[in-house]
Amino acid sequence: MRRTPLVGGLIAGLALTLVACGSSSTTKTTTTTGTLAGRGPITFATGKDLSGNMQHQVDVWNAAHPSEKVTITELPADADGQRQQMIQNATTKSDAYTILNLDVVWTSEFAAHQWLAQLPQSQFDLSGFLKPTISTGQYRGKLYAIPSASDGGLLYYRKDLMDKAGITTPPATWAEMFADCDKLKKLPEAATAGCYAGQLDKYEGLTVNASEAINGAGGVVVDDSGKPNVNTPAAKAGLDVLVQAVQKGYIPKAALTYKEEDGRLAFQAGKLLFHRQWPYQYSLANKTDGSSKVAGKFAVAPLPGLSGPGASTLGGHDLAISAFAKNKATAADFIKYFTGEATQRANLIATSQAPTIASLYDDPALVKQFPYLTALKASILNAKSRPLVVQYGDVTAAIQEAAYAAIAGTKTTDQALTDLQTKLSALIK
Amino acid sequence: MTTLTTESPAGASAPAGRRHRDVQGTGRLAVLLLSPTFLVLGLVVGYPVLAGFRESLYTTGQSLDANGFVVQGSQFVGLDNYTAIFHGDRATAFWNAFFNTTFFTVVTVTLETLIGVGMALIMHHAFRGRAVVRASILVPWALPTAISGLLWRWIFQADGVANAILHHQVLWTADGNQSKVAVIIAETWKTSPFIGLLVLAGLQMIPQEVYEAAKVDGASPWQQFVRITLPLVKPTLLVAVLFRLLDVLRMFDLPFVLIGAHKDSVQTLTMLAWNEATNLRYGSAAAYATVLFLYIALVAYLFVKLLGADIIGQARQHKSRKAAA
Repeated sequence: MRRTPLVGGLIAGLALTLVACGSSSTTKTTTTTGTLAGRGPITFATGKDLSGNMQHQVDVWNAAHPSEKVTITELPADADGQRQQMIQNATTKSDAYTILNLDVVWTSEFAAHQWLAQLPQSQFDLSGFLKPTISTGQYRGKLYAIPSASDGGLLYYRKDLMDKAGITTPPATWAEMFADCDKLKKLPEAATAGCYAGQLDKYEGLTVNASEAINGAGGVVVDDSGKPNVNTPAAKAGLDVLVQAVQKGYIPKAALTYKEEDGRLAFQAGKLLFHRQWPYQYSLANKTDGSSKVAGKFAVAPLPGLSGPGASTLGGHDLAISAFAKNKATAADFIKYFTGEATQRANLIATSQAPTIASLYDDPALVKQFPYLTALKASILNAKSRPLVVQYGDVTAAIQEAAYAAIAGTKTTDQALTDLQTKLSALIK
Repeated sequence: MTTLTTESPAGASAPAGRRHRDVQGTGRLAVLLLSPTFLVLGLVVGYPVLAGFRESLYTTGQSLDANGFVVQGSQFVGLDNYTAIFHGDRATAFWNAFFNTTFFTVVTVTLETLIGVGMALIMHHAFRGRAVVRASILVPWALPTAISGLLWRWIFQADGVANAILHHQVLWTADGNQSKVAVIIAETWKTSPFIGLLVLAGLQMIPQEVYEAAKVDGASPWQQFVRITLPLVKPTLLVAVLFRLLDVLRMFDLPFVLIGAHKDSVQTLTMLAWNEATNLRYGSAAAYATVLFLYIALVAYLFVKLLGADIIGQARQHKSRKAAA
């Protein structure tokens, strides 16, 4: 066990001595394990900066660090494109990207290929971070990435109709939710609306939603030791909730084609009473410019489970340092700045992106501005990661295959989960 | 060109006398003049094909060491990547994709040909506003496939235009036969103009006198179409259909954007190769691509052999005329 860090250190040291040819300031200090050395300009490879706030935060850093400037390298807007660019960059061992903005499910794959520099735990204080987010930056117990943004699912529900029907608390279980829905459907305003939808089209969203159904019933896809264990009564009970909801019409047929935006538009048009969605919908559905018919009429709650509150699937992004990059010390400092409380607070205010620092969720001023924060904190603290595996692409495809077959009724839940267990056992060794 | 074709058989049959006969060095000059072409062809066609084939014999990074790191370097695995395609789950996926690819090819190319020829006949007629009709027929062809995929997804979504017209909710983008129909409609819409355009060019080559003669002989419009238009436009039409065949056999972007990845009902062979590549199994991806390459080559060969699509017709005509003279 002791050998790897040494070998890793040697490789890192070798790489750094090569790097040091270019910059004279970084000589001979870098043979110890995981030391991040080198200072100077770096790049930050990230998906599209939709809000423009990322550039603003980089500008603040650049003003304070004129000799260690950060340049944003914008990657394609879609996640697949970002991953592909980063992989191309890594396989050519290019130093073009210093900091990588990774989706939480990519960390294992990148770390296993040794495309990421290992981060010394001592340099990064993660005690203030939401606990579930930390594991997304780790691979086999070692730290490779720092969570910069989190995400958790929320149950959006029509508060106005609930009040009218005399229901005071949001549902905590699926059974309660469907019972509430039956009551709401008796109201004339809700007669034609669908009960519930999530992201059930066959794509990453289905992995998220199916995992939530399974986790919410006490089942797992992959257990704590990393072994697939999905062919269990608990997992079956969880997935069956979705299957039966489709059969009984609680989930409208059209919802089988919904991704995030389709569901959001349906909810905003008043066509859904309950909706599983990420926090980003909150401000959009509250817009009073006429785009949303439900502005001010909804509230959020933690996701429902089988016999108590459910468990969300963890989303979000992690920042990592490319193994082939120069100026890793600067990169480490920038990551500390970018994931620090002050930056995350400013980012939350500007973009309503879920922070990874726990204390921000309890800040009264922020809670006043973003009323969903309390529910979101509960959601994230209770959230489960998707399988942290090297071959994530194959694993998620297998989960989608099984869940879609069960929900669409082409396989029984039993058969789908048996097949999934077989597939995952072959993929995760 | 002609110098070379007449020269080389002679050179091959009498290798000893070649040097003597080639006093002016025309052969060498020809080689010199053609070498840039061969170089470019070798670079853009030969190398990728060979490199792809070589890649398909290797596997990279498919195992983890004790510390969870991916084992570096690639191993030679012979034909394992190929045999894996035809085993177990992979075989089911492969034959499904093979069927889809072939099905899409047969159905869309048939529809496109019928509609395309119809379009060409309309565009060919002289009437007022012809320029507008021609331009508007070409619009779908001018759109990037991914964009038209997005447009059609809009039309085919659960509360989209298609369902509004049908007064019935069909989940076009869900996995199932209806998604095949959606792909066929979008693909036909997009590529019929291509056949239309090429056939139009063919139609304009037909001399008007032939039709006048037919009229004098009392041929009905249908007879004119079957006996004159079709035979005379056939060479162009076959080339257009061949191009479409080759195109549809490697269909990727339309089903990918319109319906989505991993949906069995529209999975094509290219999508399988993409899936392998995106999961970093480049060897396996190359194997799929090579299989597809062979399939396409076979289809093209059979098409040319059976229907006599004459893509190098001009050259052959020259040759036979020369031989006759």
